[in-house]
Amino acid sequence: MGTTATHCAYCALQCAMTLTADAGGRVTVEPRDFPTNRGGLCQKGWTAADLLASPHRLTTPLLRDDRSAPFREASWDEALTVVASSLREVQAEYGRDAVAVLGGGGLTNEKAYQLGKFARVALRTKNIDYNGRYCMSSAAAASNRAFGIDRGLPFPLPDLAEAGAVLIAGGNVAETMPPFVQHLAAVVDRGGSLIVADPRRTATVDRATLHLPVLPGTDLALALGLLHVAVSGGHADRAYIHDRTTGFDETWRAAAQWWPERVERVTGVSVAAQRAAVAQLAAGARGRGAVVLTARGAEQQSKGTDTVTALINLALALGLPGRPHSGFGCITGQGNGQGGREHGQKADQLPGYRRIDDPAARAHVAAVWGVEPADLPGPGPSAYELIESLGTDGGPRALLVHGTNLAVSSPRGARVLERLAALDLLVVADVVLSETAALADVVLPVTQFAEEDGTMTNLEGRVIRRRRAVAPPSGVRTELEVLTSLAGLLGCRAPFDADPETVFDELRRASAGGVADYGGISWDRVDAEGGVFWPCPSSSHPGTPRLFADGFPTADGRARFVAVEHRPPAEEVDAEHPVYLTTGRVLQQYQSGAQTRLVPALAAAAAEPHVEVHPDLAGRSGLADGDLVRVVSRRGDAVGRVRLTTAIRPDTVFMPFHWGGEQAVNRVTNPALDPVSRMPEFKVCAVRLERVVVVS
Amino acid sequence: MTQVVVVGHGMAGARFVQELRARDLSRRFEVTVLGAEPEAAYNRVLLSSVLAGALTPAEIETVPSAWYAAEDVELRTGVEVGRIDRRRRRVLTTAGEYVGYDHLVLATGSRPWVPPIDGLVGDDGELDRDVVVFRTLADCRAMLARLGRVRYAVVLGGGLLGLEAARGLAGRGVDVEVVHPADRLMERQLDLDAGRVLARTLRGLGVRVRLNAQAVRFTDGWGGGGRGVRLDDGTRLPADLVVVACGVRPNSGLAAAAGLEVERAVVVDDSMTSVTDPAIHAIGECAQYDGQVYGLVAPAWEQAAVLADVLAGGSARYGGSAIVTRLKAADVDLAAMGETDVDDFGADDGLEVLRFADPARGTYQKVVIRDDRVTGAIMLGGPETVGTVTQLFDRAAPVPADRRALIFPGVVDAGGAVDPADLPDEHTVCRCNGVTAGRVRAACEAGADTVAGVAATTRATTGCGGCRSGVAALLSATRPTVEVPA
Repeated sequence: MGTTATHCAYCALQCAMTLTADAGGRVTVEPRDFPTNRGGLCQKGWTAADLLASPHRLTTPLLRDDRSAPFREASWDEALTVVASSLREVQAEYGRDAVAVLGGGGLTNEKAYQLGKFARVALRTKNIDYNGRYCMSSAAAASNRAFGIDRGLPFPLPDLAEAGAVLIAGGNVAETMPPFVQHLAAVVDRGGSLIVADPRRTATVDRATLHLPVLPGTDLALALGLLHVAVSGGHADRAYIHDRTTGFDETWRAAAQWWPERVERVTGVSVAAQRAAVAQLAAGARGRGAVVLTARGAEQQSKGTDTVTALINLALALGLPGRPHSGFGCITGQGNGQGGREHGQKADQLPGYRRIDDPAARAHVAAVWGVEPADLPGPGPSAYELIESLGTDGGPRALLVHGTNLAVSSPRGARVLERLAALDLLVVADVVLSETAALADVVLPVTQFAEEDGTMTNLEGRVIRRRRAVAPPSGVRTELEVLTSLAGLLGCRAPFDADPETVFDELRRASAGGVADYGGISWDRVDAEGGVFWPCPSSSHPGTPRLFADGFPTADGRARFVAVEHRPPAEEVDAEHPVYLTTGRVLQQYQSGAQTRLVPALAAAAAEPHVEVHPDLAGRSGLADGDLVRVVSRRGDAVGRVRLTTAIRPDTVFMPFHWGGEQAVNRVTNPALDPVSRMPEFKVCAVRLERVVVVS
Repeated sequence: MTQVVVVGHGMAGARFVQELRARDLSRRFEVTVLGAEPEAAYNRVLLSSVLAGALTPAEIETVPSAWYAAEDVELRTGVEVGRIDRRRRRVLTTAGEYVGYDHLVLATGSRPWVPPIDGLVGDDGELDRDVVVFRTLADCRAMLARLGRVRYAVVLGGGLLGLEAARGLAGRGVDVEVVHPADRLMERQLDLDAGRVLARTLRGLGVRVRLNAQAVRFTDGWGGGGRGVRLDDGTRLPADLVVVACGVRPNSGLAAAAGLEVERAVVVDDSMTSVTDPAIHAIGECAQYDGQVYGLVAPAWEQAAVLADVLAGGSARYGGSAIVTRLKAADVDLAAMGETDVDDFGADDGLEVLRFADPARGTYQKVVIRDDRVTGAIMLGGPETVGTVTQLFDRAAPVPADRRALIFPGVVDAGGAVDPADLPDEHTVCRCNGVTAGRVRAACEAGADTVAGVAATTRATTGCGGCRSGVAALLSATRPTVEVPA
């Protein structure tokens, strides 16, 4: 088949790569130069094609009549008929909302759009949400309320390299998206500053000029303190605040209560380090530019939205958003975490980042879909709340899962398994038999990145092309085909199409006039221009690489300071659970690990979860390097292997979340939700450590 | 409706009202605040920043007047209370008005103590026009208003507030001398050596310090019509301005006159309630709990939250506060906490004292440890580990096995720099692609003679590129005959 230019299967950096398929269908990967990855690939990228021919690959639908029985292989006709008839039965008995849908931030724009439409038009259920709720929702909520728009980065990634100072609050790109580090290294190499707030001395911190070793769950206090220092140190940009923002006075009044000495006591970050961080940012702002970035560390908390808001407030006070090589940004995680949240798989949204409770938005999208606005359901619950309601009285009885492995990725995992078991019908579309798929009644094998066409919107807001390099195995279908077939079997009269470019063109019309306006973006343009940045309202519009130069998309054109107050984590340590747990990622695994754990090179490099423990804590807990340790919270436990390191605070342990079963740290984590974004508190809870005695 | 009357609109009183309303969504309480100062509530902690010029008075306001309206709290500023009528549960303002209460919250704070030194107070009982205290925003304004005319200032008292005032004035170009009767600055928080290092640091910032000295008179008749302070040893110091910072006295006169138990301040139990009258409460600097009167904001806020919870029917109780004193003075980084004036020479078991002193660079660090817990510390001029030590003290958490980590950040982790060529085979050189030194060596031995050649077989350097120099060094070492471009 020759060579195909496409992008990586995994994270939101969407590294460009060239796939070459030989006559036998074996596919090899070469990195390709692109502004985001600059020719770099991490180990996940290099091995991205290794799953295509994996023996673990699902190549035929699986079915069972009883969850205690093993799966049997089935034809597509049979599988889809079972699904459609079961859905109809459930809806006939319990109503339309008795069917729920969970999507994912790894789905292409076309699939995400189609899934939202399928839920609203074919199923007519309000119950749809997606795993981006666990990923981008806090940053999205904070950005929307400050800027009137939610695009991860407001500028192309190479702008970052031009900045004089960068602050990353709770992000570890050296582990999660290594080629990103090139842009940060460029800042440092030119004498600029890289400041990283993290409870751990991560690989990213190792590249930084300043580390702020924050106590888990206190990032918000730190952000308030940095704003305090910025203002009292005379670094506030008064002209910018006056001309381009509202709400500063009230915001300052809140931050005024967080003088640096008080913040030091709460966060453990020294006054000197707070002052140095602000001095470095301010120097950057006066020079080449300064950027404030957040990632999951700051966001995955029960106060994530307010934490991001406090960091936006800092950026606004320094006058950064809309200035060259400056601003606030959020580092998107999943491959299509950006596009996936724009086109209608979110509980409260319709395509184009339209609100589902906005009558004008409903009318516009209903017209594109050829239905009555009144027939569209209203907003549904968020992902974790939806999961909590599965199989309960009045809750959904059937669930369709696309592109997420909630059995591993949801907090309080034991409860999630209990809810899934209570369903009448669980249907999972996936590439491999993930932990969630293994629990299903029906499993539908779908295509991988190299087997499909479509678009992704990367962490910059740049719409890029995913291209098919090889044909999928026979027996594997695309999700667009699956949804189109199901819509037909369900008797849906609105048109569904399985051709991705046709779906994209419909998405364009549906998004036109919305905040995330793709109206002027065509596949041809994406191909010809190497990607197009939204918003792009017309075919003659060049796209929008940089936001906010002339104003903010708020009612008055100004950015909004929003006053926020620190509050402690939902769960504090106590005598019974005396250690903080924070969770995250390792380089060789992606998300729930369903795919990467099956890539031999990655599995060899990171075969099982480790638990980072400071030697002091290990000594007190009777743990040695390499021991198995059980991490126990009020909700459950998980087992990992002790890795001694002084790179973590002695009061905190870290465990990555990519594994299932007893190794799933999300059995331990706390589902305390952010009141605005409904983000669970993955980043901090209280645990105790128990050495696992292995009887040989 | 339950009537709550708060006397005092400072850090404790204003905070209490906010804490109460946050727990009183159904508005069961009718709240009246009587504040003697005419100002809106402001943050006293930040007065030193105002004096230093970093913040304006408007910027340290804590609660906007709009908040009181929105929360339906009656705020009356410039109103003093003259008497408590416990029998009828009402207070009498000095304007002659009665205000009834079900719960009375005393948050009256404290007042500066002015020592009996000739010339500080005039015949009218008021401070001399060139004498100020440093307590209120009005005091701060008074000092700011004089700045242009003040060349010499004498600060009486080398405690926390005196030093913050002195540093602020010196930063404004005033010639400042601190006169302190004890043998060291901040003697309640520091040991002798720390006091000496601090004095040295302050001298470098333009603040002279005179210890074991007592002012006896503030007089005119200095040469050229100036004024000055005479000390007990006869020394005469020129002074256009005298700042009195000799400590504070709790404002507990109201309570004492009403027959409540008062020692140094109003005696309260763990619900911040007077031990004499269950309808009367005290928080902040006018309250005495378990023998302690706290003069800092953190305990006042903790007490405010406890009392709000108690009145709202909650179960919170106050158990005392760990005190961390932090000097807020530009270019001086000083934290002190717990027991500091102890040594462990021949001491009892379990007591350890760590010390590091570098007086020439303004550093004096001392950490007192008992049974693996930090029970006291002085951290002067070594700012990096203050956050760590403070949290260990606050949380009574076990100290690091390697005690050096408490004073020298990073020293525990600092390995010697290893020449990449000497890395063991199993060491990961390229994190992005998990390539070890051994694999790079093997690639070189198999014929790779450029970094790109190593990358072609191992993928090292193809992620973030950060290991390029390490790979080049390994290549040079493995194949010395190959010239590796830098």
